[in-house]
Amino acid sequence: MKVSIEVNGKTEEHDVEARTLLVFFLRETLGLTGTNIGCDTTNCGACTVIMNGESVKSCTVLAAQADGQRVLTIEGLGQSQDDMHPMQEAFRQNHALQCGYCTPGMVMAAVSLVHDNPNITEAEVREGLEGNLCRCTGYHNIVKAVLAAAGSGGGNL
Amino acid sequence: MIPAAFDYVRVDSVDAAVAALTEHGDDAKLLAGGHSLLPLMKLRLAFPSVLVDIGRIDGLSYVRRDGDQVAIGALTRHCDVNGSPELAEHAPLLAYVAGKVGDPQVRHRGTIGGSIAHADPASDLPAAVLALGGELVVTGPSGQRVIPATEFFTGFLETAMAADEMLTEIRVPTAVAGHSYQKFVRRAQDWAMVGVAVARYNGTTGVSLVNMGPTPLRAVAVEAALASGASAAEAAELADQDSQPTGDANASPAFRRHLARVLTRRGLEEAGL
Repeated sequence: MKVSIEVNGKTEEHDVEARTLLVFFLRETLGLTGTNIGCDTTNCGACTVIMNGESVKSCTVLAAQADGQRVLTIEGLGQSQDDMHPMQEAFRQNHALQCGYCTPGMVMAAVSLVHDNPNITEAEVREGLEGNLCRCTGYHNIVKAVLAAAGSGGGNL
Repeated sequence: MIPAAFDYVRVDSVDAAVAALTEHGDDAKLLAGGHSLLPLMKLRLAFPSVLVDIGRIDGLSYVRRDGDQVAIGALTRHCDVNGSPELAEHAPLLAYVAGKVGDPQVRHRGTIGGSIAHADPASDLPAAVLALGGELVVTGPSGQRVIPATEFFTGFLETAMAADEMLTEIRVPTAVAGHSYQKFVRRAQDWAMVGVAVARYNGTTGVSLVNMGPTPLRAVAVEAALASGASAAEAAELADQDSQPTGDANASPAFRRHLARVLTRRGLEEAGL
């Protein structure tokens, strides 16, 4: 089937199998490998992207469901080291990553969270990131980064 | 993991969805948010040959007061149930429970109709609707019918809906006299190891159990004890009566029974009993 999805501001039209998951569309059809696959069972959040302004787990969305929708991936957030999104910058400043595998999903989930709640509290950040696992267990610095970014455009879409 | 191949049909009305179900029968499944169905399909535990995408049907996402009931459209997402001012005011149990489903990403996609039609005994919203004594409006080829929640859940992942029927609306009574949802998990975002929903309305108390049998269960003995004047602590001791909890990696049946009693007491107390 043909799908047309706006990814990072660019309309992408491709012929895909109906069973194609959004994460595979992003990674394999478009080559946007910043979005990781972790558990592949809607638990870990590594594949989190933003669809129509809201965080979703792209391993559990069909490309067909994203047809005609707007998707933002980590590649669309900051284009280079000199042009990072405030949330990415906050992750760097606060050493909010160790191995880095969860980071793209964590950043996208955090942007959505702060977008919805700019005056977010620490408790709300901890609850709000329940859908993203960091197996290095580096949560404390992630929470610090999200709180730092909340006051400086971390929720900008 | 990738689902088995299927034909994808996108419909824009309830009539078209019902027509597709009528045409394809048991081979077809409805796809709303997909957060119950797609994981099963990826694990190849489900392999429908036709997927009918109802996610874009207009007019099925709403919450509105209707006399002494609140009506919720089947495509209302968990995040919208959770954030609904009408539900916060008139049926706060449901709003609260919707906020306990999965995680924010899941709540951005999953729908109340999908969760209830999926009828997982471990999921949160079916038990909440049961505690509230709600009603499920289903639409089929010959029109609508209303099924009481107490008759809706017939077996593990099975409901009283026919293969050509679609859940279109959930109705619950206004219930503001006290409520509680006790969800026992060892990790954030997990399914409830055991859960207890309590809702007080119309002078009665509804109590239901999550993950204590093949379907969400109404704790009938607890409700009867409360109706005849038992204290919360006394009634809670009956919580696991007539339940059939199974054991798994998380908990033994005996531990689940213990949790049901403890959580019921906590729930009744939080609901002001």
